[in-house]
Parts: sequence; structure tokens; C-alpha cells
Amino acid sequence: METQVIIQTTGLTKRYGHQAAVDHLDFKVMEGEIFGFLGPNGAGKTTTLLMLLGLSRPTEGTATVWGLDPERKAMEVKKIVGYLPENVGFYGDMNAVQSLRYIADLNRITGREAEDRIHEALKLVGLAENGAKKVSAFSRGMRQRLGIAEVLLKEPKVMFLDEPTLGLDPDGAVRLIELIQSLNQERKITVLLSSHHLQQVQKISHRVGIMIKGRMVAEGSIDALAREKFGVGEEKFTLEEIYMKYFQEV
Amino acid sequence: MSGLSAVYRKELSDNFSSFRFVILFALIAMVSFIISYMAGVSLRENLEGIAKPKFVFLMLFGTKGALFSLVDFIAIFGPLIGLVLGFDAINGERAHGTLVKLVSQPIYRDAVINGKFLAGATTIAVLVISIVLVISGFGLTLVGVVPGVEEILRLAVYVGISIFYISFWLGLSILFSIAFRSVATSFLASVALWIFLSFFVSLGASVLADSIAPVEKKEGAAPETVVANAQIKEGVSLLSPMFLYSNATATIVDPMRKTTRSLILMGPMEQISSSRFQNPLSLGQSLVVVYPHLVALIAISLICFAVSYSMFMMQEIRT
Repeated sequence: METQVIIQTTGLTKRYGHQAAVDHLDFKVMEGEIFGFLGPNGAGKTTTLLMLLGLSRPTEGTATVWGLDPERKAMEVKKIVGYLPENVGFYGDMNAVQSLRYIADLNRITGREAEDRIHEALKLVGLAENGAKKVSAFSRGMRQRLGIAEVLLKEPKVMFLDEPTLGLDPDGAVRLIELIQSLNQERKITVLLSSHHLQQVQKISHRVGIMIKGRMVAEGSIDALAREKFGVGEEKFTLEEIYMKYFQEV
Repeated sequence: MSGLSAVYRKELSDNFSSFRFVILFALIAMVSFIISYMAGVSLRENLEGIAKPKFVFLMLFGTKGALFSLVDFIAIFGPLIGLVLGFDAINGERAHGTLVKLVSQPIYRDAVINGKFLAGATTIAVLVISIVLVISGFGLTLVGVVPGVEEILRLAVYVGISIFYISFWLGLSILFSIAFRSVATSFLASVALWIFLSFFVSLGASVLADSIAPVEKKEGAAPETVVANAQIKEGVSLLSPMFLYSNATATIVDPMRKTTRSLILMGPMEQISSSRFQNPLSLGQSLVVVYPHLVALIAISLICFAVSYSMFMMQEIRT
């Protein structure tokens, strides 16, 4: 089985003044996998995602997404990458369908096709009944689902999900994680998932990367990381224990 | 332009459906009605029994009724329309967390700011044109004169300058919405600048002129100092967009005005001869008179937009 590298960074660095938010970051994401992008708050995860989208300019180093340089080919990258920002916002006076229609419009998807895709995306994320409801009346879980629906509209090859489970109740988080897994399996979308719900991440991630203070301190399958740190395989240790171990060492 | 039309359409429909726009429009329409009514009534009284002078129709826009003319009104309160339409353009999106989502779509970043500016300018155009049309219709029935071709052309020029002028304020408030993270700060900052440029600059101009070239009121002052005083005053006033606009438009809607200078030194004989040969200027000549004002107005608008454009393109998108 041949898997392709979808995202690769080499020596990717972003400095704000003297402070390095991302410090010579190297990592890879393979085609079709769910990559758990872990790390404490302020580790530089969001900055990395913005650089991968071409929304922020790296101070040093390079990144490629689907073989494209996001700095030079930002448009092409943004066409194939769906990004769900942390605390995604919506225009409160629009309803779900209007909100999606605006995103479709921005992606130059119009007419019949737009309506079909909007309908399908709403159904996929389980909001088919709420299309005419104002977004301001949505619960947090519904907003995250709508955010994912917006991402799905452009039929992305890659999704960057930045803390999609933040602030969700346990049930909502589990359902969202299941949705992400089904999208990965059924639609073959590569997912870069940043989350603090380590238990859920462990359930669905093929590989994880742990980013601390701008550096990737560990990258690989959970099993491999467990073996590296504890000498025993995944079955004995949870991702949380592995994560804490790395965290304490830095 | 990738994404420009999508942003433009969305912003335009937002502008027209937002509540603040409805309030603003109602207020401005109301005041315009009152002004044109007052101007119309006073015109009708003044014109009773005398031969109609030329360009009566334009007087509807330039005649001071009880308080001020429509031209004055737009000069003073027009900026508020621009400010209200633009003060939260960028930082509002930031505050709602929609800006990152917007620019992560396959659109160019400048489509966001261009789309917002163009939608605002379109809204302003619709507002100004409809107000002028309403007053024209109102005036037609009140005064009972039909505008000539020249008057219509002058009105068109007036509308064009007004749209440009209000769009300048729109650009300024968009600039503040980029520079300040908080919506309240950007609104206060733009209102403060509006007050400063509109009211304090002219005050400062006379203070400066009087301290550099004081004119004694009691005995007849030397003509040179009077001229110097007036020149300084006007030079400083050119900083104020309101001054530029009201001078330019007053000349456009009043063909009898031959100069934008407030002070002309004339001997008694000259005064008699000039009043005997009072003929209106042609539109082209009026435009020549206000040409410097128009250029200055366009220049500050372009500078303002260029600054906000480059600022937005360089800015980190992250809050």
C-alpha cells in the first residue's frame, strides 16, 4: 500500500519579535489519515495551521500542502483545504442555509449545485432540520457542526480542525469525533485534528504529533510513542499518560 | 477578482437590512424633507411677484431656510453615514470570529476590504441619489419650476461629489476598523476625527491666522495683512474635508458664485460694475473654480483607502 505525504514542513519557523511561536517544526501528514495534533495552549498549533493555509507568512522554513507551497499558491491550497478555526464565528442574523450559501458563493459554487451541496452537508452533520433556524440560536455543538458543514461544502481533500471539541459536553464531543471519523473513512478526507480530548483523539487518530513550545517533540502512532517512552505498547498506556510524560520532560 | 462579487453582494444586503441603516436613512430623509420644505416655502415667498431668476431649481439645494441648506446638511452630517457604514467593517468580523473563516476561503484577501468598501459606496450612492430625487420631486410641486439641462447636469455633479465625500468617511472608518481591535474604540475614534476635522480645523484656522497676521478691527487694516490673514485661514481650512466639500458643492449648485474665496478686495467702482454684470458661470467654469478642491478631496480619499488597504494586507489575521 502506497501512501502519499500530504503535508510536510521542514524547519518551519514563525517569530514574533524574538519570541518563536513555531520553532523549526518538522512533521508529515500522510494521505487518508487522521493526524492528532496535540499540545498545550500556546504551543503554536494555530500559528502552524495558519502558515499551512498561507494566511501567515513563515519567518523561515518551508511547508507543502498537497505538493503546493501555501505561501505562493495560497489560492490553490485554500481550494482543497477546509479550515475550521478555533471558536469559529457566524453571522448571527443569518440562518444555517444562508450562512452556507455565503460560503458556497465565496467558493464559486452556485445555483442548483450549491443547493444540493448545502442540503447534503446539513444532512451529513445532522442539522437537516435546522436549516431555517438563525445561527444565533444554535447551541455550541450545533455551531461546531455547522462549521464542519461549511468546511464540507467545498468538498475538501484535507480538513484542518482546530479544537472542534472545545467547550462541548462529553456527549457532544463524542458525537463530533464520530462524525470526523466517518468523514475520514467514507469520504477519504485527510484530517489534521487539534484537540484536548485525548481519549477521543486516541480512538480515531492513526498517528499523533505532540507540539510543545513551538517544537514537535514526538510524532508517530500512539503505539510507537508508548513503546518509545514506556517500552510497552499502546494497549497498556493511554494517550493521556504518554502526553503527560512528554510534557513533563520538556 | 476572486470572491469580490460574493463579498460585495453579502455586504450590500447586510447594509440595506441592518437596523442602523434604517434609522439613519429615516433620520436623513426626514431632515432633508424639512430642509427642502423650508427652502421651498421661503423661495416661493421671495419670488412672489418678481421675474424668476435663472436657476431657481438649484436654489432648493443651496438656499438656507431657517437653519441651513441641504448642501450644508450633507457637509456636516453626511460623514456620519460613512462612519456608521464602516466603523465595524473589519474588527466586527474579527470580534465575531468570522474573519479567519472568511479569508481561509479561496478568495484574495483584498476582496474582503474592496467588497466592503464598494458595497458601502453603493449604499451611499443609493442614499444620496434618492434623497436628491425626493427633494427634486418635492421642489417641483412646491416651487413649480422645471429644471433645465444645465441644472440637471449641475445636480449630477453635486451628487457625484457628495458620494465621493461620504465615501471618504467610509474609507476612514474602515481604516479605523482595521487599526483598532475594539469596535467601540474605532467608532469613537472616527467620530472624534469627524468632529475635529469638521469643526475644530476651521476654528484653529482663524486662531492661527489671527496670531500670525492679526487684523485690527478699529482702524482700517493694511490690505496686505487682511489678504495674508485670509490666505492663512483658507490654507489651514483646506485640511478639512468638510471645507473642501462645502466650498466645492456650494459653487456647483450656485452658478452665481465665481470664486471659492471668502474675501475679495474690491473698490466701490468694481463692486458696482461686478453687480451690474452678474451673469452665471457655465458648468465648465464652475468646475474650473472648484478644481483644486475636487483634486484635494479625491487625493485624501485615495490616500486613506491606500493606507487601509496596505495595512489590512500586512496585518496578522489572527486576533
